[in-house]
Amino acid sequence: MKRLKHLALGLICLALVAGVGPAAPIATAQSATPANPIVRMATTTSTDQSGLLDYLKPFFEKETGYKLQWVAVGTGASLKVGEKGDCDVVLVHARALEDAFMAAGFGQERKDVMYNDFIILGPASDPAGLASATSAVDAFGRIMKAGSTFISRGDNSGTDVKEKDVWKAASLSPKGAGWYKEVGQGMAQVIVMADQLGAYTLSDRATWLNMKDKFNLKILYQGDKVLFNPYGVITVNPAKWPKTNIEGARAFMNWLTGPRGRELIASYKIGGEQCFYLY
Amino acid sequence: MREAFYLLISGDSETWGIIGRSLRFSVFSTIFSVLPGIPVGVALASREFRGRRALSAVINALTAMPTVVVGLFVYSLISRSGPLGNFNFLYAPAGIIMGQALLAFPIVASLSYAGLSKLDPRFRETLITLGAGRFSRLTATVREAKTLLVVAIVTAFGRVTGEVGVCMMLGGNIRFVTRTMTTAIALDTSKGEFERAMSLGVVLLCIALAINLAIHALAPREN
Repeated sequence: MKRLKHLALGLICLALVAGVGPAAPIATAQSATPANPIVRMATTTSTDQSGLLDYLKPFFEKETGYKLQWVAVGTGASLKVGEKGDCDVVLVHARALEDAFMAAGFGQERKDVMYNDFIILGPASDPAGLASATSAVDAFGRIMKAGSTFISRGDNSGTDVKEKDVWKAASLSPKGAGWYKEVGQGMAQVIVMADQLGAYTLSDRATWLNMKDKFNLKILYQGDKVLFNPYGVITVNPAKWPKTNIEGARAFMNWLTGPRGRELIASYKIGGEQCFYLY
Repeated sequence: MREAFYLLISGDSETWGIIGRSLRFSVFSTIFSVLPGIPVGVALASREFRGRRALSAVINALTAMPTVVVGLFVYSLISRSGPLGNFNFLYAPAGIIMGQALLAFPIVASLSYAGLSKLDPRFRETLITLGAGRFSRLTATVREAKTLLVVAIVTAFGRVTGEVGVCMMLGGNIRFVTRTMTTAIALDTSKGEFERAMSLGVVLLCIALAINLAIHALAPREN
């Protein structure tokens, strides 16, 4: 019985310690707390893994009184989360999917936020000769011709959609080829894998800037207009899901696309390089 | 490795926050799995009813339930488009605790059943002869088999502390809210940041070790 008592005591202590553990962020008196303070966002891995959201979060929370929480799952998955009403707002980058989302009535309002571009990463040895490629389509053609390993997100994320578009524009279909690996992972994971395998991959610039110091990959192709990467923010339609926090979603959308959000996005730099640009 | 220990010793608040959060979720989900789990184990061990063997077979089979299957099932329940969609459980601690409790319930039920069925059958008959009511029979049985039940509880705690599928699918790995040791390790490793992943891995290993030592110390010796 004594042992049991000790164990029970231990468990209670554990629960207490765990309960007290991480102190809640200190509320700021800057702005009144809204009735429904938690804004839940589904977003692409690039806004998260580039560090942008961690940078914006404290400013948004201090200036509006809302609390921002997000899951980073890729554009296709984010829009699905929004479709099911499991978030209040989405921040994504695949215009065609966004337009379909709006057309189906899942979104209430969409606004442009920022843009950057996609880049093709690969090993410094550049076996497919991308350094002399003349366009993104040409670069992809060279990779296929050389049969160099290429890692595809394969997760219907914004980057994945863009990559598929480029293959389509090149009238090539790499699906199923041994050198073409669809891994179904986030951007950072794919960069790690490409680095390990000495493979090519398509990445958004921001995620790469945040990671490049640790890896041997190089930017081997960039600059084609096709690789333009615009981000949009969409509030989930409360007509579909009345329980979503539409006030919070609007507050975030307006803050992000307003002067304060714009100023902060433009000022976000990694290693002195700007990650996202404004319209 | 040195940086991993430095993160722990220096009291990096995010790292310790993650550890505290993990333990908190595990404590609650263990409690919620024990509340129905032990009564079910007692019922299986002490009563004859139609379908008892089938039920115990099902519960035994469920102990091997993959975490992602539990995650998927609970996801469909607590998503806004599911029957429990209005409670905001998804991407919140409540979702993780619910999924983990469901994961641990068959473990608690089947281990407590196994433990209780080792009791001498005359024990129950004696209680009945002594005129004990249903509730005092339950409490007397639990007291008699307490170490075995504690083993069941500790095993369940170990299972939920080390799982990643439920935390990832139902919690969404939200920083400062639902990021646990296992999801943080998965994320850090995927980003190539091994220091914190390693320090959390050390903590998880220590917990697993402590749990195994506890089970070893508590489990009755076979003669």
